[in-house]
Amino acid sequence: MSSRTETLASRLTARFAQELRPLPALPNEVAFEVDAANLIAVCRELRDNAEFGFEQLIDLAGVDYLDYGREEWNTLASTATGFSRGVNRIKEHVSEETKQPRFAVIYQLLSISNNWRLRLRCFTNEGEPPVIDSVYDVWNSANWFEREAFDLFGIMFRNHPDLRRILTDYGFIGHPFRKDFPLIGNVEVKYDTAKGRVVYQPVTIEPRTLVPRVIREDNRYDQVLKEVPVGAAASPANR
Amino acid sequence: MADIHNFTLNFGPQHPAAHGVLRLVLEMDGEVIQKADPHIGLLHRGTEKLAESKPFNQSIGYMDRLDYVSMMCNEHAYVMAIEKLLGIKVPERAQYIRVMFDEITRILNHLMWLGAHGLDIGAMTVFLYAFREREDLMDCYEAVSGTRMHATYYRPGGVYRDLPDTMPKYQPSKWRSQTDVDRLNERRRGSMLDFIDDFCARFPANVDEYETLLTDNRIWKQRTVNIGVVSPERALQLGFTGAMLRGSGIEWDLRKKQPYEVYDRMDFDIPVGVNGDCYDRYLVRIEEMRQSNRIVKQCVDWLRANPGPVMLEDHKVSAPKREEMKGDMESLIHHFKLFTEGYCVPAGETYAAVEAPKGEFGIYLVSDGANKPYRVKCRAPGFAHLASLEEMVQGHLLADVVAVIGTQDIVFGEVDR
Repeated sequence: MSSRTETLASRLTARFAQELRPLPALPNEVAFEVDAANLIAVCRELRDNAEFGFEQLIDLAGVDYLDYGREEWNTLASTATGFSRGVNRIKEHVSEETKQPRFAVIYQLLSISNNWRLRLRCFTNEGEPPVIDSVYDVWNSANWFEREAFDLFGIMFRNHPDLRRILTDYGFIGHPFRKDFPLIGNVEVKYDTAKGRVVYQPVTIEPRTLVPRVIREDNRYDQVLKEVPVGAAASPANR
Repeated sequence: MADIHNFTLNFGPQHPAAHGVLRLVLEMDGEVIQKADPHIGLLHRGTEKLAESKPFNQSIGYMDRLDYVSMMCNEHAYVMAIEKLLGIKVPERAQYIRVMFDEITRILNHLMWLGAHGLDIGAMTVFLYAFREREDLMDCYEAVSGTRMHATYYRPGGVYRDLPDTMPKYQPSKWRSQTDVDRLNERRRGSMLDFIDDFCARFPANVDEYETLLTDNRIWKQRTVNIGVVSPERALQLGFTGAMLRGSGIEWDLRKKQPYEVYDRMDFDIPVGVNGDCYDRYLVRIEEMRQSNRIVKQCVDWLRANPGPVMLEDHKVSAPKREEMKGDMESLIHHFKLFTEGYCVPAGETYAAVEAPKGEFGIYLVSDGANKPYRVKCRAPGFAHLASLEEMVQGHLLADVVAVIGTQDIVFGEVDR
């Protein structure tokens, strides 16, 4: 399997030297990044060229990178008062210096003829709403997957035949899987006895965190720390 | 000349043949379907969003509730994704247990499908027969995990515990006399493996029974042959996997082609259809039950001969035993950390897929190094299949819509997530 993934990766880099950039991936997995401008051309080639033979779009997922690598509870840096005791909810969402492209679409491709998989990542354009080309014309299975990504993340797919909400309620406002959409939502429903029907109202419960988000370096997975002999103090400079 | 309009029919969401909460808006010309617009999401629980707010292990239970008739297969994909990112290897015995329960789950799922599909299109008896065998397999779930459905049995690093030495037994009650109970408990005297072994021995005869009811049944064939035909090219385009793809004649099974756990050591065949209609998919699934039974039998034989650990002995990931915890400070710390904070998974992303009974169930997992997943995406086979409903039912009659929904093996837990 490992040699097969290498074959695929080398073929991809040979054919798409300009269009594709390799992404870090686990062994036995192949992942590339593609620019939104080249997306459709690359996908078409991946499907039609027998060298690649990706007949199937297995999955399409939106990802919101807004909070990537940010933790609620800082456990590494200590202050004069010791570690923070409470949980700092991630609030300050837009800080200009760390700003990176926010929304990406991940394509999981499968080739039945060659028996290999490929993951493509494509960032949408900046701005609201994020827009990207639809791959519906290349793989028809993208139809509902793109509707889902639109519904949950608000990503607009250009040239999609029927871009409607799919999973959320009729008349839903907002895109729930965005990182700045609260887990408990914005509205709740209840039966109003006076009006005699079900009504929407703002949520009445407080959001809370049961387990804070913690990012800890585990030296089992840290290549630099792994090489430090046991007992030697691991200074931050070693990382 | 009277003005003739197409008729719009609302099918579901509380229709017994809608397999849960499917709302279909059908546009019909007489009784012929012109357009079908499935409205889904009535069971949307935001599983993927919930998983982002919890340590990795706490979401295993949510996976059971996705496709709630093939519970352990969903767990399998999720724990496999975590294991890939952690880079840990599961003990061999746990791998065999997983394969065995994956196949038990497949039989469970196909029995449920067969019963419900039969009931949908007019065969009552097969439902009762199918549930008779399901009951025995549900008992296996209960014996091993304590619950009949939502097991939470697979954990990153192995399975929660080893197979039990005894099977739970029926108790006499107001509704069951002692003689009835004795008859029911006869098979449950030995260990769980004895019980499964006994099940494997009698199950092929049971499948024969279902086949005598359906395979050559004139009504069954009228309702399924040439209904919902999908060509192999369209099946690939539409993202079909599992029995839906094999029914269209494409030999593709992740268990064979991209084997995970110990499937490469198992001896089994992949059934493939020819015409791509509902009847072929029925035949494929029936044969899959027989093949699953073979795999279960092979696992039972191996598991009898090879005792061993079923959980990784790495207490950064798996909890220490309770006895150890009571006496050993370090185990107590590990236990406390695992159940409060969980473990941090190194940053990276992966896609893990298993051949679930309905097709390829995959988990795309993104971790940014935290104790909670950054993004979980469940690739549900039913979602892709249901998306093709409009194409499959076009030009068919209203009654055939029910047959097509049945043949797609739709479960709304996974479609809506």
